[in-house]
Amino acid sequence: MTDSLSVCLSQQSPIVLNVDLVCRPGEMLALIGPSGSGKSTVLRTIAGLQSVSQGQVKCGNQVWLDSDAGINLTPQRRRVGMVFQHYALFPHKSVLENVKLAIQGLPEEERCRKASEWLARTNMTGLELRKPGSLSGGQRQRVALARALAREPSALLLDEPFSAVDQQTRRKLYRELAQLRADLPIPILLVTHDISEVQQLADSLCLIHRGRTLQQGAVQDVINAPRTKEIARLLGHQNLISAKVLERQEKHTIYLLESDERLTGPACDFQPGAEVILLIPPTAITVLDAQQNGMQDNLLRGYVRDAVGLGDELSIRMHLDTVTKSLRFRLPLHTACEQGIRTGTPLGVTIRPSGIHAIATDSVQPESSTTEHKWTSC
Amino acid sequence: MSPFLVSIKLALWTTLTLLPVGLLLGRWLAFAQFRAKPLVESILFLPLVLPPTVIGYYLLLVFSPQTLTGTLASRLFGEPLVFTFPGLVIASILVNLPFAVQPMQIAFAALPHEVREAAWVSGLSPLRTWWHVELPLTWQGMLASATLVFSHTLGEFGVVLLVGGNIDGVTRTVSIAIYDSVQAFDMQTAGWYSFSLLSFSLLALVIVRNSNPAR
Repeated sequence: MTDSLSVCLSQQSPIVLNVDLVCRPGEMLALIGPSGSGKSTVLRTIAGLQSVSQGQVKCGNQVWLDSDAGINLTPQRRRVGMVFQHYALFPHKSVLENVKLAIQGLPEEERCRKASEWLARTNMTGLELRKPGSLSGGQRQRVALARALAREPSALLLDEPFSAVDQQTRRKLYRELAQLRADLPIPILLVTHDISEVQQLADSLCLIHRGRTLQQGAVQDVINAPRTKEIARLLGHQNLISAKVLERQEKHTIYLLESDERLTGPACDFQPGAEVILLIPPTAITVLDAQQNGMQDNLLRGYVRDAVGLGDELSIRMHLDTVTKSLRFRLPLHTACEQGIRTGTPLGVTIRPSGIHAIATDSVQPESSTTEHKWTSC
Repeated sequence: MSPFLVSIKLALWTTLTLLPVGLLLGRWLAFAQFRAKPLVESILFLPLVLPPTVIGYYLLLVFSPQTLTGTLASRLFGEPLVFTFPGLVIASILVNLPFAVQPMQIAFAALPHEVREAAWVSGLSPLRTWWHVELPLTWQGMLASATLVFSHTLGEFGVVLLVGGNIDGVTRTVSIAIYDSVQAFDMQTAGWYSFSLLSFSLLALVIVRNSNPAR
């Protein structure tokens, strides 16, 4: 049985790192964050390809790095499997030889058999004698994955493995990886900056920004309930509205917006009077028909500030009448056409109470570019 | 010994000595990052810009039996280095150092660092990484290095004349023979030697141009 991978890294230069994460066996943990946030550095440090001034990397009872104890194992001794962003296949070796090289300490026949087995598991049978240069992006990714797994690693590290393939191939590879990992009882770390990739593949998520881990947890928990406004922004949330806790009840909370507008949300830990940021995900927004009257709960009124067609959807920015803030959401194009929604159309939307998430205003990082002021636009 | 044989013997000694040196120095300069790197590179590549006669002059001073270095060298080789074949080989090695190092450095620098890292995380030791990954991907650099050193040694004139002199059968190389023949108005011999060197140099350049490290 493989054990958890625990990582704790800290350094001030050359780049700031303050990372603390745990990945359990069989779990896929996505390291997500904007470009340059330090995701790949974390992965490379785990693999032993980069060193940090202070840190600990453990896989079960194997200590790979412990700066205090003076332990820093070489990549060869860490038993990690790693898929590089551009695969880093050995260009002069055949597909079979690429995988075979990662299998050591066995007789030649056994190495060949094992390499063929891994290639079969990654759907590469029949291409064993081809050179990487003659393979498609998806095929190279499969070879890189087979090579990483052929070593029977204690942890699998995937460094943006889908960034170099087209959308269609990517979907196919997602499916193959999901099938493959069902039989992999090892911690898997996936570096990506694609939130939809995380939602489709990963069990948990660790958000990294400027070298710091900001939040780790189950994917939907982190996405639906970011701890800070900064995290909400980094996860792509746009509908963040300033509010004040008016009343706390057992099962719900009433928030006061500008101009005495009220919104009901789920129960929260904030005291009445506390200033908060309300996160309203687009999935919690329902557009009212023109015929529907205005008596619904959690109703917000306004007009369409702009509406842009994006494929079969209409991306809408709705200006609210009583709050100096816009709501952004998408509607199926045919629905928008049926309701005659275009720029300037008056609109009413209701907000599903369970979809609302409150964030403390004081949790906003001082260095954040979106400094909070009372009742100002977020 | 004919000038051809002296030249080939000198070129072989120089090439065989410089191949491992060029490999190690080229690899080191390609991968290592340190503050004094530009200085080290400048010293190594100095023979590329320095007139050969200047190098020859300084080597004459260093090899001179009147100096400490010359005395030590005489004891080491059992004879003074000036106007001898061993002295010529040492001078040739120093002059050809950049021609040995630079193609190797370029070949190793062109090797994607991720490929070496992939070998390490696949469990390959540095030696096995060198054998299975680096060597097969940089052999063109080695070929270019050997070809450049060999052909450049064949054509070397200034340093050879100053350090080796013009001793028939010992230090008289093809390029010295061409100079001698022209001085003696023996244009036919000079033409024959020149055409031989021209053909070889052209062939060497074709080999170097074909050994593109891009894979």
